[in-house]
Amino acid sequence: MSEQLALLPELLSAHVRLTLAALATGVLLAVPAGILVSRVPRLETPILAFAGVIQTIPALALLAVMVPLLSGLGLPGIGTLPAFLGLVLYSLLPILRNTVTGLHGVDAAVLEAARGVGMTSRQRLFQVELPLALPVVVAGIRTATAWTVGMATLSTPVGAPSLGNYIFGGLQTRNSAAILTGCAAAAVLALVLDGLVRALGHALAARRRGLLVAATSALLALAAWAWAPLAAARHAPAARPIVVGAKPFTEQYVLAEVLADSIRAATGRDVKTLTSLGSTVAFDALRRDEIDLYVDYTGTLWATVMARRGSAGSRQQVADEVRRWLAEEAGVTLAASLGFENAYCFAVRRETAEALGLRSLADLSRHAQRLSLASDYEFFAREEWRAVEAAYGLAFREKRTMDPSLLYQAIEARQVDAITAYSSDGRIDALGLVVLDDEKHAIPPYDAVVLASPRLAREAPDVLAAVRALDGTIDVASMRALNRLVDEQGRSPAEAARSRNQPRTSE
Amino acid sequence: MIQVEGLTRRYGGALAVASVSFRVDPGELVALVGDSGSGKTTTLKMINRLVEPSAGKVLVEGRDAAAIEPHALRRSIGYVFQGIGLFPHMTVAENVAVPLRLVGWARDRIRARVEELFRLVELDPALAARFPEALSGGQQQRVGVARALAASPRVMLLDEPFGALDPLTRDRLQRSFDDLRRRLSLTAVFVTHDVAEALILADRIGVMRAGRLLQLGTPAEIARNPADDEVARLMDTPRRQAQRVADRLEGRS
Repeated sequence: MSEQLALLPELLSAHVRLTLAALATGVLLAVPAGILVSRVPRLETPILAFAGVIQTIPALALLAVMVPLLSGLGLPGIGTLPAFLGLVLYSLLPILRNTVTGLHGVDAAVLEAARGVGMTSRQRLFQVELPLALPVVVAGIRTATAWTVGMATLSTPVGAPSLGNYIFGGLQTRNSAAILTGCAAAAVLALVLDGLVRALGHALAARRRGLLVAATSALLALAAWAWAPLAAARHAPAARPIVVGAKPFTEQYVLAEVLADSIRAATGRDVKTLTSLGSTVAFDALRRDEIDLYVDYTGTLWATVMARRGSAGSRQQVADEVRRWLAEEAGVTLAASLGFENAYCFAVRRETAEALGLRSLADLSRHAQRLSLASDYEFFAREEWRAVEAAYGLAFREKRTMDPSLLYQAIEARQVDAITAYSSDGRIDALGLVVLDDEKHAIPPYDAVVLASPRLAREAPDVLAAVRALDGTIDVASMRALNRLVDEQGRSPAEAARSRNQPRTSE
Repeated sequence: MIQVEGLTRRYGGALAVASVSFRVDPGELVALVGDSGSGKTTTLKMINRLVEPSAGKVLVEGRDAAAIEPHALRRSIGYVFQGIGLFPHMTVAENVAVPLRLVGWARDRIRARVEELFRLVELDPALAARFPEALSGGQQQRVGVARALAASPRVMLLDEPFGALDPLTRDRLQRSFDDLRRRLSLTAVFVTHDVAEALILADRIGVMRAGRLLQLGTPAEIARNPADDEVARLMDTPRRQAQRVADRLEGRS
């Protein structure tokens, strides 16, 4: 728990920065747009429809879509910018709609009086219409505040640190303390911001100067606290740290820490980890030098990044082809092959295997119509699934998709009969699952490889050397052991990584 | 002085006001009467350009209204209407002060003028810090009149100002307004559908029907020489009603 709390200032201040910046921008865009719409009725339908359509896009998808969109425009596709833009777009509708509603709701007699006493259009707006619409506008801003605080937790997969790091990381490593810390911090932040916005609105409407000063000061103090780390960083010597990325699952978190520790030990450089990146987000970020290193798997690169179809060949053939393709097509260096595979594999409970006599995927295909299969978000959309389906004629009674961290709970609780597991996962042994043979080699090999960005390969030969030294140093048994430390024994990824360096008893 | 020449307003193909011409002399009050839809309110609102005329001319104090910025024109004309339209987010005193703030008066001068206006319209000074919703209908309309008079306009436009008030309050306000406008020698146009009110308050009455000004004259002139039977009946309504009221009160029917 204390380890979780130690991260709080950094993640909370990042969350506050993102939320406040997005809300302020949202207000500055949506209130004038609402005024415009109320003045030019012709614009009401198109503008409200635009904001409404954005709202129907699921929050996570909106953030995810920002990544290729910004990259396509030549802007940083991961990090704060896509998160910020997504949040701004999301905050528009409630503020816009309430501004329009508030202005429409001003009594016609009051408007006639405002014209009758000789107010100009601008005077009517600022002295009569906006003050009277204020409570409704503030209600819209409060709605947007709650949404933005909540949605900012989804910025983690696009590379913007937030309280979502607790939630995504905690979900993957089964760390409920982390999840609770993230949720509680987000809830408290939402309540505090809502209270401040409400107080500001009340102070303006009731013209309570003291309250106005107090609420404004509190908001400014919060902003100052949140931005202080950035200002401090600016004055610090500007050596950019080496950034190690990680996709959102336990093994990736552990390997990121292993890489970070090794580089620190060998070079004395400052190293940072950027965790819970979406799968293709990580590769795109590396290719654009937005992160420097991360671990990927040859089979994933083969199917997803290189878009190869059909049979892959042996482990070595695939690794060689991936290395060549990355260097020639993407300028990315395959710096080390860690020495283990993390392949998709099909696993069933031991009792199921014994009852049905299952040893291979061919055995499975004979019983599949009575069985249910669960897999992660990606697998059924991937080339590997199509290959397995075609090779073995697999047709299940039911196919379910869930978060990878929940697959093992689901099979343990007998909610599904088979899952796609990851061959280096510690829980295969822990739960006594049986991995079924892929005798037709329909699934390509998945060697864990460390990829280095073009800039790192160019500018940091010492780091590259430190990474190369890791080549072949982690076998599948040690990887499973490291993963188990986190998933089963509740250790943090950093602790698990450190345990590697301690003298081990022979296995 | 207000002078209106050939004033016309079309909405699409429909004529709301058709070439109306009249003149209101300094210190005179002209009441426009007629059914709803007769064009009396539209005529009134074209004088301070709350409605833009389709054709015709308005002269206020000798100046062409079309040549003055609408907001500047309206600041020089007091305007009171049935809806009152007090600003609900401002106190009573702030409401009265709005026209003065718009023309940039200093704070002390505004405070003194607001106190004076409270006396003028017989408003309790204790109400100054209240918000309009705490006031009765009659009090609200007094505030509306005070606001219209704040910048000492020479010209007033009134659109059924007492229409929504209970009879006793209406009677009281009519009397104090009649007294006020004579003391300040306001030039005023007063729209009402209540012929009795017009007869009590107006120097001259204009009868409107279907967008036209049918007849304009003193109450006595119109009663003596009505344009047609309908005008005759209209002008006679208050007397007939009074007669029936008197009969019933004395038990004759």
